[in-house]
Amino acid sequence: MSTILYCGVCTLPPEYCEFSASRKKCEQWLQQTHPAEHARLYSDQAITEKLAMTTLSDEKVAKEAAKMEKAMSKEEARMARELEKKMASKVVIKRVERNKRKRVTTVTGLEVFGVDLKKTAKEFANHFACGGSVSKNPQGQDEIVVQGDFSDEILQIILKKHPSVPRDNIELVEEDKKAKKGTSASGATEQD
Amino acid sequence: MFKKFSLQESLSGQNSVKSSVVRGIRSKLSEQFPTMEPFMDDILPKKANLIQIKCKDHFTFYAIDNEILFFQHFNDPITPTLRLLHRYPDILPRVQVDRGAIKFVLSGANIMCPGLTSKGAWLPDQNIPEGTIVAVMAEGKEHALAVGVMKMSSDDIKSINKNIGVDLIQYLGDPLWKTRLD
Repeated sequence: MSTILYCGVCTLPPEYCEFSASRKKCEQWLQQTHPAEHARLYSDQAITEKLAMTTLSDEKVAKEAAKMEKAMSKEEARMARELEKKMASKVVIKRVERNKRKRVTTVTGLEVFGVDLKKTAKEFANHFACGGSVSKNPQGQDEIVVQGDFSDEILQIILKKHPSVPRDNIELVEEDKKAKKGTSASGATEQD
Repeated sequence: MFKKFSLQESLSGQNSVKSSVVRGIRSKLSEQFPTMEPFMDDILPKKANLIQIKCKDHFTFYAIDNEILFFQHFNDPITPTLRLLHRYPDILPRVQVDRGAIKFVLSGANIMCPGLTSKGAWLPDQNIPEGTIVAVMAEGKEHALAVGVMKMSSDDIKSINKNIGVDLIQYLGDPLWKTRLD
């Protein structure tokens, strides 16, 4: 059995990094973490040998390189876009009145930050000793629903457990029905 | 096969299997891949806690210690994953593609015959029959690039030299490769 080194950036074995779109980052990563391997794969000698070995004509190689370059810049642009989107998106913790004195807390938008919703819901349920689940809201987004009012505690947990979520992107909303005439009557009839 | 795949979405259940089932899988594997026999105790120890993960569309995965080792589609032969192949490179017969083909294979293309017969590619002298699961190596690389199944025998590939030679099952960087269990 042999153990194999995988690139920390693109997850392929380092020898295949040259074909991935994140080629430059892969090389940097390898240089920092495994200098010996980097010397073996990226030294001038290795590159000339590789060129000599390849069965493609020079012209084709040049063409290929140009194509690669284009793909790389595209990939970079894509990453930048994604990051921007991530920074712009919000995690909303919402307290919703369900039934007079009963509240549920819903959390939306966590999945953008690479948080496993199902697991987190289970964690919340365990932590607060209450029901917690993942469900689709009317907008078709997945949200975590926790039975009970835990908005502040949930905020703390998210900040602690998922540092990838910036504090400024978390929003607390309280959505309580105003006790007006008539609503109380309808509230009383809603039994479940 | 796994060009579009998400374990989370397709998961329908997982459980650890009985040791008798493990025995069955072991014997099936030895039958399918005689070359795997010497490593069998390492790969799949008799007392291993093998987890069977069932997914949509009759996909079954077998994992030990949070690592997917094998998968099976319906009643097709059980196939080792690329990660397992990397650790035990000798368990499958090999074919090799030329350098020009690498980037196409990395994006999931089936391997056409010329990519297996040109200079830089390599096919074993012995015939590999149709339907055999093979490790796809690449020119100038030491690790396998993909796992595939022969669409025609290797003799036919040499003589006909047209159309699809190897159907791709799993390749480096596909969704199954990126799937992590934890």
